[in-house]
Formats: sequence, C-alpha cells, structure tokens
Amino acid sequence: MSTVGLYVPGDGPAHRAPAGAKLLVLLVAVSAMLLAGDLRVALAAVAAAVLLYPLCGLAPRHVWRTVRPLLVFVAVIGVFQWYAADAQTAVRVCAQLVAAVLLAGLVTLTTKVSAMLALFERLAGPLRHVGVRPDRVALTLALTIRCIPLVATAYRNSREAYAARGLRGRPHLLVVPVIVGLIRSAEAMGEAMVARGID
Amino acid sequence: MLRLDDITHSYNGRRVIDGITVELAERRIGVIGANGSGKSTMARMLNGLVIPDSGRVLVEGRDTRKDAKAIRRRVGFVFSDADTQIIMPTVAEDVEVGLRRSGLSAAEIADRVDGVLRAYGLDGHRDHPAHLLSSGQKQLLALASVLVTDPAILVCDEPTTLLDLRNTAAIERRLSALPQQVVLLTHHLHMLAGYDRVLVLDEGRIAFDGAPDDAVAHYTELMAPRGGPEPHA
Repeated sequence: MSTVGLYVPGDGPAHRAPAGAKLLVLLVAVSAMLLAGDLRVALAAVAAAVLLYPLCGLAPRHVWRTVRPLLVFVAVIGVFQWYAADAQTAVRVCAQLVAAVLLAGLVTLTTKVSAMLALFERLAGPLRHVGVRPDRVALTLALTIRCIPLVATAYRNSREAYAARGLRGRPHLLVVPVIVGLIRSAEAMGEAMVARGID
Repeated sequence: MLRLDDITHSYNGRRVIDGITVELAERRIGVIGANGSGKSTMARMLNGLVIPDSGRVLVEGRDTRKDAKAIRRRVGFVFSDADTQIIMPTVAEDVEVGLRRSGLSAAEIADRVDGVLRAYGLDGHRDHPAHLLSSGQKQLLALASVLVTDPAILVCDEPTTLLDLRNTAAIERRLSALPQQVVLLTHHLHMLAGYDRVLVLDEGRIAFDGAPDDAVAHYTELMAPRGGPEPHA
C-alpha cells in the first residue's frame, strides 16, 4: 500500500467497479445515513463499512489505517456533542463520521488515481467554457498526491543531515532546508514534465 | 540527425557553452567531461529544454527555438534522478501519463503500457506506488516512461550516477539494445565501450571528438593536472 493511503492493488468487485459508480453509491449511502439521523442506522453503517473492507479484498489493517487519523477529531467532536446535546447524539454523530470516512476510504483504496482524475476531467468538462482546463487541474491534483512522499523524503533527509552532524533537528530548524529541498525537487520535476511533453 | 550550429549559452554571466558546432548522426554517441563542463546544458539543448543564447540546434532539420514541443516528442530525455521524473503515484499510471495526449485509443495505450512494463520487468509492479520502487527499478521506470512514447532519439543525462554496479549494468544492457539513436552523458566511462563516437567537453567546448578509447585517454590526460588520476603509460 502507498504510504499516502491511496490505491491498494486488487481485483475484488470494488476494484472492478467504475469510479463514477462508486462515488455515486458513496454519495447515496452517506446522504441516506445522515438523513435517517438515527443512532442504530449510524452504528449499522459503521459495522457495514467495516465488513465491506474484507469483502472488497482489503485487509483489516486498512480499516485501522483509514480511521486512525480521524480519532482525535472524533474525540473532540464527541466531547463537544455530549456537552452541547447529549451522549446519544455524540455517539450518533461520531458513528456517522466514522462510517462516512470508512466508506470514502473504501472508494479511495480501490480506485486508481488515474481513474479518479479521468472522472474528474469528464465532470469538470463544462468548466472549459469559463477558461478552466480540467486536464491541467487533474494533473495538478495528481502531482499534489505524488509530492506527499517527496515532502516526507525532504523532511527525513534534513533531519538525518542534522543528526549526522551531531545536532538535533528541531522542527523549526528543518523548515528552511525542507523548503529548499522541495523547491529543487519541484524545479527538477517541472523540467522532467516539460521533457516528457507534459506541459 | 542532430546538428548544433555555433551555439553559446551562459548562466548568471558564466559561459557554459562556448561556440560548439557539431553534427551527430551516429547511433551511439557518448559525451564525457568534468562537472560543470557544459554536458548537461548541451544535452538539454538537444531536447529543446534549454534554448541557446546564440546559434541554433537542429533536430531532424527542425530548430529547437521554433519547434521545441514537436522536437520533445521525437527526443526522449532521461535524467540522473529518476525520483523527480516520476509524476504519477503508481508505476503503470506514470508510464501511461506520457501517452495521454498522443491521440491513441484507450486500448492502444493499455497495450503499449503493458508491453513496455513487460519489457522492463516492471509488470509485477504495475499498480505499486512508484516512489517505493528501488533506485534501479525507478531508473528503469524512468526509461520505460520515456520509451513508451516511441522517441526517435534518446538523450540520457548520467542515468546511472545514483545506481550500484548491478543496476548500472542493467541500464547499460537496456540502452545498448535500443533501436533508437542514443546520446549518453556519463561518468561511468566503461559504458562507452562499443560506442560509435565520444565527445569530450571542457569549459563549454569540444576538447576531443573521436573513438571511445581515444576520448577516454584524452579526458584522463585533461583531468590529470587538475587532480584527476594519472593516465596509464
């Protein structure tokens, strides 16, 4: 799996389904769950979402990896809802949030970026009339995703450079070297894109 | 056929290419020289990435100053650092992205991508994150991503600089098997054995132009007084 939580190779039903259909099902399922506004529906949605992962050929660890970044927000929202409303509302809202993220994660994990971008290009086609180039926007999104590991690498390199000199690379000291590294990478990547005719 | 016609180029007031005129028609051409000798700038001119301050570069008769985009479709370029050449998240997507505006149908694109991934031993990694490949695999991916567009000429700017011996040999084998005209810039001088012609660049000029053995000997002699290894007797 990618370190940025994207596509996981596979040939399950969700992998084979078109990106547009998956997004439509996601939209309908999440909307229905929210409109129901019921605790039992929200909890059932969480359970269903968790069960869908193995049915779609994804290991249980993907459930955890999808939910983990959300836990702090869920806790904060839960406490706030409990304070502002009641415990039942807090559990319902948190369950709705977890279910929505799990279902959205299922789409992300089973859909290639290129398929998502192709769909985006089609959907954003009418924007051409107002001067927006959907292919450019799609490419920008793809590059943004691609650059996440580059940022991580620049951060690691800078931290190691400090460590190699016996210094502790505190976060505020890493800002300049990381930015310089990223600018260099961006320049090189831009040049490579022009060389490959993607400009 | 590549033709450089009295080209000059400067960066920040420093002349890096100083009046080079040469015609490159051979199938395998090597370019060697010290760091800062102008090799990379000259290579970038062959693909229209850098336009000379004066003079002109002709690729198959077309001037890079006027037809850079068309020329880039004919001249593929491989960089030293494959990491910065990878644009898309997965291996197959990165190979495919160069064909997006090719006018080929989806089926044709899929066929080409499959073919090139098989040829470069990357078919088992097609849906894997490209940035998690090994350095050697990344350079093979960079080469595959360029060759999938079927360029007539391939310019490689030190493609093995960041690779170990095994991966260098793998890239060397792939390059030697290509039907395309190849212009290879390298510090791995052994890669030039069997090349048709090797240019030695020094301070923005061609210091030598000839057979690989003679070029390497000349380069070694040139570098000896500057701290390079002593030439063999």
